[in-house]
Amino acid sequence: MTLSSPVFRAVATCVVPEASRLDAAQWDEMDAIVAEVIAARPRAVQRQLALFLILLEWFPLLRYGRRLSRLDPARRTKFLDRLQRAPMLLLRRGFWGVRTLVLMGYYGRPAAAAEIGYRADARGWEARR
Amino acid sequence: MSASRSYDIVIIGSGAGGGTVAQELAPLVRDGVRILVLEKGPRFADQEFTGRELEMADALYQDGGAFLTRDGTMTLAFASAYGGSTVVYTGTSLTAPQRVIRAWGVPGLEHADLTRRSAKYAEQNNVHALDDPLINDNNRLFVEGGRKAGYLVEQFPVNVKGCRGSSLCNLGCPNQAKQGTNRVQLPRAERAGVEVVTRAEVLRIEPDRTLTVRVSQKAAGTKGAPSEWAPGDYAVRARAVVAAAGAIGTSALLLRSPLPAPRSLGHGFTCHPALILVAEHARPITNDVGHPKSYFVDHGASERFVLETCMYFPFVTAKSLTGFGATHSAIMHAFPRLQMILILACDHVASGNRIAVSRTGSPIVHYRFTPETIDGLVRGTRAAARIFFAAGARRVHAPADPPLLETADADRLEERVTARHFRPGMLAVSAAHLMGGCGMGRTAADSVTDAWGRVHGLPWLRVADASLFPDSLEINPYLTIMGLADRVAEGVRRDLAVVRD
Repeated sequence: MTLSSPVFRAVATCVVPEASRLDAAQWDEMDAIVAEVIAARPRAVQRQLALFLILLEWFPLLRYGRRLSRLDPARRTKFLDRLQRAPMLLLRRGFWGVRTLVLMGYYGRPAAAAEIGYRADARGWEARR
Repeated sequence: MSASRSYDIVIIGSGAGGGTVAQELAPLVRDGVRILVLEKGPRFADQEFTGRELEMADALYQDGGAFLTRDGTMTLAFASAYGGSTVVYTGTSLTAPQRVIRAWGVPGLEHADLTRRSAKYAEQNNVHALDDPLINDNNRLFVEGGRKAGYLVEQFPVNVKGCRGSSLCNLGCPNQAKQGTNRVQLPRAERAGVEVVTRAEVLRIEPDRTLTVRVSQKAAGTKGAPSEWAPGDYAVRARAVVAAAGAIGTSALLLRSPLPAPRSLGHGFTCHPALILVAEHARPITNDVGHPKSYFVDHGASERFVLETCMYFPFVTAKSLTGFGATHSAIMHAFPRLQMILILACDHVASGNRIAVSRTGSPIVHYRFTPETIDGLVRGTRAAARIFFAAGARRVHAPADPPLLETADADRLEERVTARHFRPGMLAVSAAHLMGGCGMGRTAADSVTDAWGRVHGLPWLRVADASLFPDSLEINPYLTIMGLADRVAEGVRRDLAVVRD
């Protein structure tokens, strides 16, 4: 399973709705950021992540009769919201991890930082005058 | 092994502890004493501090600043670089509170002595309160709101020289204004003849005082200078060893070394678990320009929390907010109007919260939030919300359900912010004040070292970092680490004099 998989995209567009407006090059940029972070993690963590993404994709089948990537945005959001409040720490933690990767991929891009109005500059006060 | 080397004193780590010990022992070089500092991280050139969030986090921090505790519910931030974590802190320099040092109850450690030594480093590092024109709106609003809400707001003394207000302290100052050990103590030590070797990880210490050291190659395309030594494994013999690799690094190193260490080694880990809270104002404020951390409110003694001003970068801010989706995005898009407060819980030593090592020797941190620690975070969140509203914020984003607190909620914070919203795995708790693991005390039965950092039963081995703290410090720790390291250096000098006599 890769991060450009439908399930990751489905989660990403729920976590950051603006991600649905990204073009192919911007998705590639986001994927590259996330892939680099995952590659630096131990193999066991990589396996856990891959497994959790599979579970994310298939879990909704039990409740909604569809895979996560095939759900409409409202149901997808509802499902992920339940997951982040799940009684089991393992599920909450898993979702938290995927959410963190999405946010890193999205807001780690200089274009996203500029878009939200973040303007920190090494020149400090001088840059604002 | 590719080579053997021999030194009189080997210092492991170059942060607040190691850098201080190196500087204090440096005059001994004139007398022919050979001193080596081994630093796991690289040495960065001034122009490599770009302030770009992911790039600098990856270069400076262990696991990019997201070292996870064993159960995955908290991230720990610590640097790996020439200068250690002094490269990435905000320069806040407070002296240890008397009540805390008394409560530690370490025989032979007096508050007055620690204060005197801390003052020496405060002066050396140009610690002072920033002038008013350099204070940004994010900090000003904290002062205004805090006073209106009835809190005692104090100004942080900071160790900067020529601060331009980049706000990028936690990514390494791009203007070399922060007076960490990389700017002050280490260069002095090197000028005096202390040898510093970077990219050099100590894998273990043998009972015969031989250190197994692995020097890494600089990977293509990465920041930092190559090591001063050729890549490979080394056997470094030492007469005296000072371990100053940070609470996690030192504890893990001693745990994986075949030494007769006291049984409490690795225990007593505390870390001031922290939450970032944001509030939205109606108009833009200066927040991502200016020194980020100029003021604080200390309720450590009464309510187990400390509030500090702060300003983080887009990704860290995004991951710190609870929830996701449209509400989360709306707050992120209000970035120029955001005020931020960091809530630190004053946690205490708890059974099971400890540093261990895996079968391969990698550090593992076991940490569970006690009800008291959660209570500190809850009380701190309510206090921060009061300050935000008193400062004029129109809404506050906090661990609550729903996460947005409106002005109408200001009078019912006890009801809106409760412990049930602080379930581990539901919110982004992180910590950067990593303490304990080699606590000071009386004997091997109750501690790892004595009050001078000497490991019980191993007179040639000393510890000089925050792992010495027998419990949480309840304030930012760097000046206290330097004060304790100053004592360790004095102890090493005394040992050396005895040997010579």
